[in-house]
Amino acid sequence: MTEPEALAFEAALQELNETVDRLETGDLSLEASLALYERGQWLARHCQALLDQATLRVEQLTEHGEIVALPAPD
Amino acid sequence: MAFTLGHRGADTWTVSELTGYIRELLDIDFRLREVRVAGEISNFTRARSGHLYFTLKDSDAQLKCVMWRNAAQRLRFDPHDGDAVLATGRVSVYEAGGVYQLYVEQMQPEGVGALALAFEELKLRLDAEGLFDLERKQPIPAVPRKIGIVTSPDAAALRDILQVLSRRYPLVAVLIAPTLVQGAEAPAQIVRALRWLDGRDDVDTIILARGGGSMEDLWAFNDEAVARAIFAARHPIIAGVGHETDFTIADFVADVRAPTPSAAAELAVPDVADLAPALAGLRAALEGRMAARLERAGRQQQTLARALVLLSPRSRLDSNWQRLDGLAVRLERSLRQQLAGWSARLAVLDGRLAAVSPLATLQRGYAIVRRADGQLVRQVDDARPGDRLSIQVTDGAFAADVAEESEEHD
Repeated sequence: MTEPEALAFEAALQELNETVDRLETGDLSLEASLALYERGQWLARHCQALLDQATLRVEQLTEHGEIVALPAPD
Repeated sequence: MAFTLGHRGADTWTVSELTGYIRELLDIDFRLREVRVAGEISNFTRARSGHLYFTLKDSDAQLKCVMWRNAAQRLRFDPHDGDAVLATGRVSVYEAGGVYQLYVEQMQPEGVGALALAFEELKLRLDAEGLFDLERKQPIPAVPRKIGIVTSPDAAALRDILQVLSRRYPLVAVLIAPTLVQGAEAPAQIVRALRWLDGRDDVDTIILARGGGSMEDLWAFNDEAVARAIFAARHPIIAGVGHETDFTIADFVADVRAPTPSAAAELAVPDVADLAPALAGLRAALEGRMAARLERAGRQQQTLARALVLLSPRSRLDSNWQRLDGLAVRLERSLRQQLAGWSARLAVLDGRLAAVSPLATLQRGYAIVRRADGQLVRQVDDARPGDRLSIQVTDGAFAADVAEESEEHD
């Protein structure tokens, strides 16, 4: 599994979705369910943190074919 | 004779010389280097080479025309016989054919707005080719990681897009491929920018945008090469060109048409305001599922515990203990009964014993007489005067001395 900082929001959200779905099927051992649940909690917190901290990252291709960062818009 | 038939004098031209001369006359006339001619197309032929040959005519005259392939490729409409056109080019002579003709560089339909006509023509053609087919449209990723933007870097359109993205979904990354968005260079730049962004694996969605302007300003977005680049792209493309009322070919080919650049940005990303409740919903679902799972586990545990009790050796042990206890009770009872029996028999024996006991005789007043050496005194001879005898009666014994010997015998 990926660690929080490296996991992008949409991937985390998707995994959270899948986690809830898998928990719903219910054919897992209690231990596996608990592990999934803990992962899900972590994913939810991670998503929330990403939402709370996000600022738009803007890059632009230059004439010389380089990619440079631009300041985020107001 | 000075006159000889067939002899060439200094005043005789070859056909080539004359034709070349006439050509020079035309070529040096600067007014003929760029003329615009209005006429109606007839005898239109598109050669396999791509060159166009036709005649422009009006009611009284005809003008032969040729349009080389590279000029023909820039045509924004499909010429047909009978079309009234404005053709621009230079006049010169085609020596091999012995004709003067117009070498057409540009040609536009006359009358109807030339651009409008070209637009309709390209639109019809691309539509027939399937470039606008709905089943070829790609869905826009609901939650993109990176959005590529093809637009002018200095225009308000880009600022609007970035503001919308920042407000709605600041989690997304933006990669701008700047281009001209109007002028002759624009289509090629737009195509290059599109291809560059489309070639990147980290880009999920591409926005092609330009702010409002006249039809001429937006013309780059009616370019066939741009349309084909949009169609060929593997990443979904949202077109946001001009204002709500502007429709360009790019809008028709794009996977999604947005009325404005800002609207394109809105369509490209979800709104965090919507995501927060969705996230909360997922969280609640997560808790709910886990609670249900735990409850199920609890029920299972109870069922198993009951089963365990039933299957446990403990119950067998318990029942054995019970049997043992029962046996113990019976044992004790039987022992007690036996004891009572023995006791009763003992009492009987005791009675009988008592009956035969010498002690019982003593009670009747007899005594047992022993000598000091313990021998019983049964007859007179057993005792001598002076002997100390022990007389035992029913409740004890006392000593007695023998006084004298009796003469008599019983």
